[in-house]
Amino acid sequence: MIINIIISTAAALVFSPLLIGIINKTKAFFSGRRGSPFFQMYFDLYRLLKKDAVRSGTTTIVFILAPVIVFCCTLAAAVLIPISPGTGIISFTGDFVLLFYLLGLARFFLIISALDTGSSFEGMGASREAFFSAMAEPVVFISILTILRLNGTTSFTDALGGGGAGNWIIISLATVPFFIVMLAENARIPFDDPNTHLELTMIHEVMILDNSGRGLALMEWAASIKLWLFSLIIVRIILPGSVLSFLLTFVIAVIIGIVESVIARTTLLKIPQLLFSAGIIAFLGFFLSFSKIFVWS
Amino acid sequence: MKESSLIIKYNKSNPTSKVPLLGEDVFRKKVLEMTRGGGRVNSFFSAENDNEDLVLYLIISYDARGETHALSMKVENKAFKSLTNEDTQFHLFEREIYEQSGIRPLGHPWLKPVRFPGGNAGEMDFFKIEGREIHEVAVGPIHAGIIEPGHFRFQCHGETVYHLETSHGYQHRGIEKKLTGGPYRDTVYKMGVIAGDSTVAHSTAYAQIMEAFTRTAIPARAQAVRAIALELERCANHIGDIGALSGDIGYLSTSAYCGRIRGDFLNMSALLCGNRFSRGLVLPGGVGADIDDDIREQLAARLEAGKKDFLSAASLLWETPSVLARFDSTGIISAESAERIKMVGPAARACGIERDVRRDHPSGYYHLSYIPVSTSEMGDVSSRAYVRWLEVQESIKFIEKLLAELPVGDSGRETGTNLKPDSITVSLIEGWRGELCHTALTDGTGRFRRYKIVDPSFHNWLGLALAMRGGQISDFPVCNKSFNLSYCGFDL
Repeated sequence: MIINIIISTAAALVFSPLLIGIINKTKAFFSGRRGSPFFQMYFDLYRLLKKDAVRSGTTTIVFILAPVIVFCCTLAAAVLIPISPGTGIISFTGDFVLLFYLLGLARFFLIISALDTGSSFEGMGASREAFFSAMAEPVVFISILTILRLNGTTSFTDALGGGGAGNWIIISLATVPFFIVMLAENARIPFDDPNTHLELTMIHEVMILDNSGRGLALMEWAASIKLWLFSLIIVRIILPGSVLSFLLTFVIAVIIGIVESVIARTTLLKIPQLLFSAGIIAFLGFFLSFSKIFVWS
Repeated sequence: MKESSLIIKYNKSNPTSKVPLLGEDVFRKKVLEMTRGGGRVNSFFSAENDNEDLVLYLIISYDARGETHALSMKVENKAFKSLTNEDTQFHLFEREIYEQSGIRPLGHPWLKPVRFPGGNAGEMDFFKIEGREIHEVAVGPIHAGIIEPGHFRFQCHGETVYHLETSHGYQHRGIEKKLTGGPYRDTVYKMGVIAGDSTVAHSTAYAQIMEAFTRTAIPARAQAVRAIALELERCANHIGDIGALSGDIGYLSTSAYCGRIRGDFLNMSALLCGNRFSRGLVLPGGVGADIDDDIREQLAARLEAGKKDFLSAASLLWETPSVLARFDSTGIISAESAERIKMVGPAARACGIERDVRRDHPSGYYHLSYIPVSTSEMGDVSSRAYVRWLEVQESIKFIEKLLAELPVGDSGRETGTNLKPDSITVSLIEGWRGELCHTALTDGTGRFRRYKIVDPSFHNWLGLALAMRGGQISDFPVCNKSFNLSYCGFDL
């Protein structure tokens, strides 16, 4: 089990920045540019970790602690997900609640650290994050319930860490909404634009505007680990039996890059509609998983 | 009443004494009569006459008739009754008059500084909405992108913007003040940087003023080169903005390609005169660089390539549903509002207002060659982008035509330095942002008594504020970009 923990942790820490590099490279390819190197984010993290942080005079201990808590919670959540069959660390009934509430705790500290700066921009970002994530959460849970039903288990990590493939229609109906939520949760287009410099339009980026140096590095790293976590879940849902399926997370990154290249960002007003449609797809999958035609095994 | 305004002859100097000098009551009655009859204020400013009395000059034009009128008013006791309450288009002009000369427009609803010539930019009260759920957002003067400084104050309820007020003056350089007593040797260079992206437009306006005062008729070839340069400037800026608009909504392909194509068009300007922003091309009396056959062929070839690239990169915008969904109905300004504040340029044309100096008050080569007016109807970001898309195509067609029929002759005349004394002249040019108006008055020795510049941004900043009303604060950047107004052109 110790070995499994080390492997999961190392994989999350090492591979997650590469996902960002792959997305950016894909986007660069589609817009006819050379783009930054695949390993740019590693350089950035190294540079930032060496730096001291500048802190606004209005901030308190919350702002100092937040990057550490956000990083640790996100990493802990990522480690729970088995990267290949049989490498799960813990499993119990309803473990997905622990997984997503670790992310929830990270989000809570991200939000209050944004509010802690007293900036009107960060306040706006915090309120957007709180609002949209509240709508994303049910979609995730419904998708997961579908997966659990398919696998006939009550433990999410068990479902991801082995077993067999289920009915493809239902798996798609669970995966597609999960993918949409992944884009929302990880501040990707069409929900948010990770590359924009326009504070008024940002959701995630605006909340870390005041972070610098080590704090910023932890925030950025946590964000990439979260992306790793979501893509790993998708990969494990689709191919639970495969040992090297985690390599497919890089394919997920390419898909995200393609999505970001071919569509524009939507207006904030339409984000609830988008999440709501994802929810409907998830519900459809959930209901079909009760149907006799699609019953597993 | 018929003689109470002087019809300005374009490219001619007009004796200042012929501009009727009216008393306040007659002036007010006459002006309101003119604005109700479709008159649009191009410029409204104060100047001193020989006895150091303050006089207000009004330049007003009828677009439908292609006429520009000048009239003036004696100011007594450094005050006059504000016209803003009768007609909104006077709003900013009166604030400017108050700031520049201390003449108080009595009863002005919102008398605040315009550009802080004293140097204390930013000290001002903004219109405030009160209530526990209202929050105020301050943006700028330092912005996230590499752009000019300006301050925006939003009154918001959640994500909805109830009111936006803009505050400028951070770029104030005192250009008008420095021109008094001119022209100087460096004046032509100053004109090129009033707004660095509208070099040709402002230089041409100045050149026309100088040519009018020195009674120089410039050769048709120089006029054609100026027109080509002006349209190249329009293309480069419109293409750059279409790219930037796509960038703001995270649509990468058009953003990246248009950024590059803008550079191609800037390089065409560089091919003409050696400078990507056409600095030093337009000079009083003609142009600083002629187009020889070699340049003409190269320009035509590059234009063809640029057109092809632009059409394929920008047409993606109109074929992608997510882009249309983002642009449509964002930042709407109604045609009524736009007409009320007399917006100019592509922003006005995007509301369906057919207003284009090139057609309404043509000068130079636009007398000889017609360029169609491009309009759209919705007044939203989508329309403003679409008008630019149409204009780029019309401009390219126009340049192609001019290159084919380039008049023979020399590229300039000597203007001399003897300006006609005690005269007034007005120059109207359709820059890429819209109408810009230069008005110059000479004194008894043939020096500038007053040189007044009105950049299109002066008319349109209020339009941006109105377009944001009831909109989403997250839509501001894309809405702002669709206007892309000049800070330094406004601040002078």
